[in-house]
Amino acid sequence: MWEIIRLNRRRSALLIGILGSVLVLLGGAIGYYLFPAEPASGIFYGCIIALGVWIFLLLTSMTSGEQILLATAGARQISKQDAPQLYNVVEEMKIASGLPVVPKVYIINSHVPNAFAVGLKPERAAVAVTSGLLSKLNRDELQGVIAHEIGHIANRDTLFMTMAGVTMGAVVILADLFLRGLWFSGGGNRRRSSKGGGQIEMIIFVLTILLAILAPLLSQLLYLATSRKREYLADASAAQFTRYPEGLASALEKISDNQEKNFSKSRTLAPMFIVNPMASWEGTSGLFSTHPPTAERVRILRGMTQGSSLQKYEQAYRSIVKEGLMAPATLKMAKEQGVRKADEKSKESHDPQKNLRQVKDLLHKVDGYGLITCGCGVKLKIPPKFKYSNVRCPKCNRMHDVSVALLAATMAAELAQNKNT
Amino acid sequence: MAFIIVLGILIVLVIWIIGMYNGLVRLRNQVKNAWSQIDVQLKRRHDLIPNLVETAKGYMKHERETFEAITKARSQAVEAQGVAEQGKAEGRLTEALGKFMLVVENYPDLKANQNFLALQEELTTTENKVSFSRQFYNDQVLQFNTRIESVPTNIIANMFGFKQSEFFEIEVATEREVPKVKF
Repeated sequence: MWEIIRLNRRRSALLIGILGSVLVLLGGAIGYYLFPAEPASGIFYGCIIALGVWIFLLLTSMTSGEQILLATAGARQISKQDAPQLYNVVEEMKIASGLPVVPKVYIINSHVPNAFAVGLKPERAAVAVTSGLLSKLNRDELQGVIAHEIGHIANRDTLFMTMAGVTMGAVVILADLFLRGLWFSGGGNRRRSSKGGGQIEMIIFVLTILLAILAPLLSQLLYLATSRKREYLADASAAQFTRYPEGLASALEKISDNQEKNFSKSRTLAPMFIVNPMASWEGTSGLFSTHPPTAERVRILRGMTQGSSLQKYEQAYRSIVKEGLMAPATLKMAKEQGVRKADEKSKESHDPQKNLRQVKDLLHKVDGYGLITCGCGVKLKIPPKFKYSNVRCPKCNRMHDVSVALLAATMAAELAQNKNT
Repeated sequence: MAFIIVLGILIVLVIWIIGMYNGLVRLRNQVKNAWSQIDVQLKRRHDLIPNLVETAKGYMKHERETFEAITKARSQAVEAQGVAEQGKAEGRLTEALGKFMLVVENYPDLKANQNFLALQEELTTTENKVSFSRQFYNDQVLQFNTRIESVPTNIIANMFGFKQSEFFEIEVATEREVPKVKF
């Protein structure tokens, strides 16, 4: 475990260092290009500005990165009373992984099943799941997914993803600004002013533009190449935590079967989800994919027949991918452990329809919907900004007073929010 | 000159011993901490059982033996002292609970009871938490015991009276048997 974290830290630092150098280099080149009269100070100021942008973005993400990401995904925090099973599973995985505190639990209103984790530090971590995930998975599968997400937190992937994402963002912003500026200013007008060395300047001009075009691509490639390995590692951690690889395997199948186009509104969030919301089942494991193909991940997990330790995952991984995943030191530290039995009871009693109703009720509760149970058994849900003071039951035509139910609901929602923050 | 060298070696030696000692203390505290995590979950399990029995009693009128077995196993588990004894008592409680859950299958009304379902979920999660925290505890114990046994920390451990910790195993006899299914 600690070996993975240490290695991950070193790799992350290296990668972010490289990404940062690309950023500063780009800044320098742009500075040089914009102030040809004084190349030295041009480069200097370019670098300083690039660094400034980077540091500003990093600081922002350090202080409130989790909140920004969760808000982007439209996630809302829930407590144990809202979804006992989900909360229990998170607590179980906290214990299994040895995290210092229980991560906060968020829910996203979407019927497409998916999940992600954020947190620069394990103490500030949070996991978010969609309502679709909650309704479609049984307990063992849910446990597998949560274990995968907690694996990301425990391996410090969430820290890396945030840092690398921010650095990449800075490169993209800088390159974009420069190329746009170039477009509108009509290219190298000021080139003409200097007579000597036109050749060299032309070369630098071309190089700067090339760098501005290539830097975002390059940094993205670097980022993606490492993010795929992290998915496998989180799968391995999940198997180790739950001692039940089949749970995650069948969850991945279900999640992948239910993916739809245009689920995620933002491309930057895509690498953080458990299954890439933008790819299909077989998928291509090309240079530009953040996630390995789900079919392969499932095959590896199902290949772990003799145990659930990191070694067993490594063996299964080698037999399918034909290369190593984890460092020998990590594998030597890991202990052998068996596979536990399936929770047959939860599998039998799992009823997607009923689950869906419960999850919908939960979402309504979080949103502050009022609930009126009519004498005829119909449950009326009143949206928080309902205009009228009375509502008629559609079945038996009885009239109900809305205000009390709505007041109770808003108070409950506010109480829950206050308690959570 | 020689004096300084000897003094230097002594200082290094003392620092080294302090480091080893502190390492042992840290590991011992980790073991203690891991045990307290198990303890919390075991207590929680013991607290859940009376509720479960109360809820089920209204539905299962003719299962006095099952209830008695559970209540007895629970009070034994609550009273058990020491890691090994506690492991055995918890094993018996797990068995009694397993039998109870099999009996529950014959009472569909009970199985549909919201209160009972919530309790069942709590029981499931508590059992899982016990087993996960047990694994965590045993990992810590293994680390601690290995350190105590290996050279040169074993000298320090003997000097300051560090004792090996016990592993926590919940022994369940029924797990090895094939469950009989009756229709």
